[in-house]
Amino acid sequence: MRHLHEPFNRRLVLGGLGLGSLAAAMPAWAAGSVKLPLPGGPDERALTTAFPGKGEMILQRTHPPLLETPFSVFDEGVFTPNDRFYVRWHWASIPTEVDAGTFRLKVHGHVEKELSLSLDAIAGLPRFEIAAVNQCSGNSRGLFEPRVPGAQWANGSMGNARWTGVRLKDVLAKAGVKAGAVQVRFNGLDAPVVDEAPDFKKSLDLDHANNGEVMIAYAMNGEQLPLLNGFPLRLVVPGWYSTYWIKMLSDIEVLDKPDEQYWMKTAYRIPDVPGANIKPGQTGFKTVPINRMVPRSFVTNLQDGATVAAGTPVAIRGIAFGGDCGVKTVEFSGDGGATWFPAQLGADEGPYSFRRFDGSLPALAAGTHTVRVRCTNANGVAQPMDRVWNGAGFMQNGIETVSLQAA
Amino acid sequence: MIDIRPAALIAALILSPLVALAAPAPEPMRFTSQSIEMPTSDRIFPDGPGAEAVNNNCLACHSAGMVLTQPKLTKAQWTETVNKMLHVYKAPVDQADVQTIVDYLTALKPTP
Repeated sequence: MRHLHEPFNRRLVLGGLGLGSLAAAMPAWAAGSVKLPLPGGPDERALTTAFPGKGEMILQRTHPPLLETPFSVFDEGVFTPNDRFYVRWHWASIPTEVDAGTFRLKVHGHVEKELSLSLDAIAGLPRFEIAAVNQCSGNSRGLFEPRVPGAQWANGSMGNARWTGVRLKDVLAKAGVKAGAVQVRFNGLDAPVVDEAPDFKKSLDLDHANNGEVMIAYAMNGEQLPLLNGFPLRLVVPGWYSTYWIKMLSDIEVLDKPDEQYWMKTAYRIPDVPGANIKPGQTGFKTVPINRMVPRSFVTNLQDGATVAAGTPVAIRGIAFGGDCGVKTVEFSGDGGATWFPAQLGADEGPYSFRRFDGSLPALAAGTHTVRVRCTNANGVAQPMDRVWNGAGFMQNGIETVSLQAA
Repeated sequence: MIDIRPAALIAALILSPLVALAAPAPEPMRFTSQSIEMPTSDRIFPDGPGAEAVNNNCLACHSAGMVLTQPKLTKAQWTETVNKMLHVYKAPVDQADVQTIVDYLTALKPTP
């Protein structure tokens, strides 16, 4: 298996000294740039089509890749095309070559029988399919105020796909989970460049792993996964943040005690308060591993600052998702949230999918208007009016605002 | 002797795919091996005191874009980040370079 190592090139560094930051900001293979609404900047990002299997994406980081989906893609349909689906890797040693014939998924640990499954053996198990949103824990981090360190995503580190594969519980049953098992840990083929660094692994409680929805996907939107989205296998944890959706899944370990390694015990923790929402500087809260997603909704047909005709109704459309359950209602407001109107919901693709909404805002008088959109999920949880804040930049789901000029 | 009429045989042959369609067994998934070339970044850090230390220590694990897209951060925030790189992610950074790197990052002026 070939790994991507990008050995540090001293000649390039010495040769490049003195370049201005903007000249050096865009790689030669960039195809234009875009401005993201990141308060205080830097807000310019290259657009790129240079990544294999990917169409035009917003370049957040080349190595290891962080590629954001341009927001206009979300106006085109509720399923995000594979070649526009966002990309996020933690460690720089990523296999750039995966042989479908020799790949094996290992299942081991607290089980009756260790397994080493070929892709064909996995494809021979009962097929399961589910539509589900995959959203980075830090989606929208770049929009936090005050700003916080980390990948500076706007709203495009999310996507929705129809995932096809097998239920995790069927694979675990094949191995035979022993009494006393408590969690299941997942690992993929990517690895840190420095051996002693903590390999990226995540764990789920055994009951969750066996719930019949958590699955091992070998296809998204009817095609095998792009390598950058985790070919050949990816864990799918419907309703939970993407940190658990291990890419290039190659190793499943059943644990008889809770996982205490770095990526569960220290990283990806949230304040144990509703919506993970605290005040800057606040201390004295407990933390828990990030888990279920919360509802969100976005206007996709009108950009912030757009001009619309005064005196005629304004068509509004967008996408919503309930988080860990379906969408109950989407409402929109043309006066900053004082008056709300119900939106029409589009086809129901299942509780974990994006759902289209449409509405018509009553005619606006000439001037500036603040449009807001709010999703309430099937559990009755509504998006909060104000933006969420926490130091890691996780779980943003405050109500989105679009400013319109009626003229 | 069984009398098989050609017409019936042809009908059966034509109909059999329809029978299969009525109760479709999904086609087993077929996988195609993948091999890609990743684009690489030759972006380096803007010139300034300490730039060489940053270029020498940081670019093996991530491209410069990760740093240069960050908002303005305080010295305490950069110290925390650099310490995480050293002590958690085990970046092999020369101890003599640590303060230089923190100072360089703290002095960065994100543009625009």
